[in-house]
Amino acid sequence: MNKPILEAKNLCKRFGSLVAVQDVSLDINTDEIHAIIGPNGAGKSTLIAQICGSLTSDEGSVFLASKNITNLPTEKRASLGIGRTFQISALAKEDSVLQNAILGAVGASGKHWGFFKPILKNAVLRDRAEHCLELVGLKDLMNQKTATLSHGQLRLLEVAIALTLKPKVFIMDEPMAGLGSDGTNQLTKFLDKLREQAPILLVEHDMDAVFALADRITVLDYGRVIASDKASSIKKNPTVQKAYLGEG
Amino acid sequence: MIKERHLNTFVLGLLILIPIWAYLNDEPFIITLMTRAVIFAIAAVGLNLALGIGGFISFGHAAFFGLGGYVMGILAWHSQSYVTLIEWPIIFEGTKSMPLIWIITIVLSALLAAIIGMISLKTTGVYFIMITLAFAQMLYYFSTSWSAYGGEDGLSIYMRNSFPGLNTLDPIQFFIICSTILFIVLFFMGRLIKSPFGLALNASRQSRQRVEAVGFDFHKLQLTAFILSGAVTGLAGALFADLNRFVSPSMFSWQLSGEFIVFIIIGGVGRLFGPVIGALIFVWLEHSIGGISDYWHIFLGLILLAIVLFGKGGIIGLVCREDAQNE
Repeated sequence: MNKPILEAKNLCKRFGSLVAVQDVSLDINTDEIHAIIGPNGAGKSTLIAQICGSLTSDEGSVFLASKNITNLPTEKRASLGIGRTFQISALAKEDSVLQNAILGAVGASGKHWGFFKPILKNAVLRDRAEHCLELVGLKDLMNQKTATLSHGQLRLLEVAIALTLKPKVFIMDEPMAGLGSDGTNQLTKFLDKLREQAPILLVEHDMDAVFALADRITVLDYGRVIASDKASSIKKNPTVQKAYLGEG
Repeated sequence: MIKERHLNTFVLGLLILIPIWAYLNDEPFIITLMTRAVIFAIAAVGLNLALGIGGFISFGHAAFFGLGGYVMGILAWHSQSYVTLIEWPIIFEGTKSMPLIWIITIVLSALLAAIIGMISLKTTGVYFIMITLAFAQMLYYFSTSWSAYGGEDGLSIYMRNSFPGLNTLDPIQFFIICSTILFIVLFFMGRLIKSPFGLALNASRQSRQRVEAVGFDFHKLQLTAFILSGAVTGLAGALFADLNRFVSPSMFSWQLSGEFIVFIIIGGVGRLFGPVIGALIFVWLEHSIGGISDYWHIFLGLILLAIVLFGKGGIIGLVCREDAQNE
């Protein structure tokens, strides 16, 4: 079997006496969607932050394509191939939709230090940004100010920016949150195809979406992994049912 | 409502036509006033990069303005009094050449901004405001006690510095020098805002997470902006000292740092021409109402209050509709 694209080994994170993440290991392989589920406060967001670099880990290490990225800052991890979407949209809301998308394309191109040439006239990066907006269905809105988008559209813009990065792995923190059933269905179909481009680590509360998409599922509770297995087995796992899915 | 582009053209027109009118009607004082406004505008355009686009409020930009003033003052003083400034490794007796003074000013202001920025940008919000103020105050008190260069009395330069081919003592010729520099600065700033760096800096103000998630180094973005910002404000300081043929510790004063911020707020925060409009209005008020009453700042305060309460985008925000952003 191939080496995993992303591998977290024995990650721990403590806040004072609270252990938010305890000895969590997981990996993601090519073409795979690996979902992380768990009740609120289970440590999902902390784990994502440790993998993406916004929190430093107390113990453990993270590997991206076999490269140890444990001690790298967020921006280095991003340029090495982590494409992240945020639970609460982190966007430049005063800028246009296209500007937000092209920011991702610039970031990925590594040409951060241009001071003179207008970025919107850079055909390659602009095409890239417009193409990614088209994929999520936002191209018609690209001239709008980002603040005018609906909640669901902001989620999609997050995904579009992650697409512009051409990452090795997508890390999506509750992309379906607040989307409504139509939106969730659309995004589910979209992510299903997206896995061919790069594997996805998906944190999601919408269980229908999770079971429709995930090849493997890791269940967290109180910062620990209580189960990690194929999606079909997780559904039947008695510990998981008790802790999270609800009995019966 | 008009387009921002058209307002900018109008302001550029004023900057050219008023001095021409004043020249034709033999009103050198008006030209000098316009020169003062133009120099303040350059200083505030510099600050606007950090404050308006980058979103970190430097309350110490007088540090760079004053540094520019003293660079000009010290170089010119050595030159006029034939006292060697540097003896080793090369002999340097100061200079009266504006271009050379400008280059030295830009380099030294950028260096100072790098030092202040590296320390201050570790903080945010109110702490950043206070730490930049502290740096400017340090330089202020240093300059008052530096007796070799006049201490509290400052330094007088008898003759304005020279520019090849021009008579700098002629008000209109000095105005042309200063306004040309403003136009050049505005041109580059306009390009900068639309460049990849400008896009990222602008986004970093709105969401640090966003720029980091796409691979930008947040601190490098901010520090670079601060260095460019300080260099431009420093250059304005050198011109200001040349305008007055005098430099004193007051160029480091916190009131001046505050006035730069006021220019930006009046004109429009983060707008290319915001600081220019603000500086023009400030100098005009200072001259017209300041002539009637010493307490003219009250009126300035009222205008500021009205703008902050009713029009967050400053004058530009009040009269312009938003331009399409993707042009």
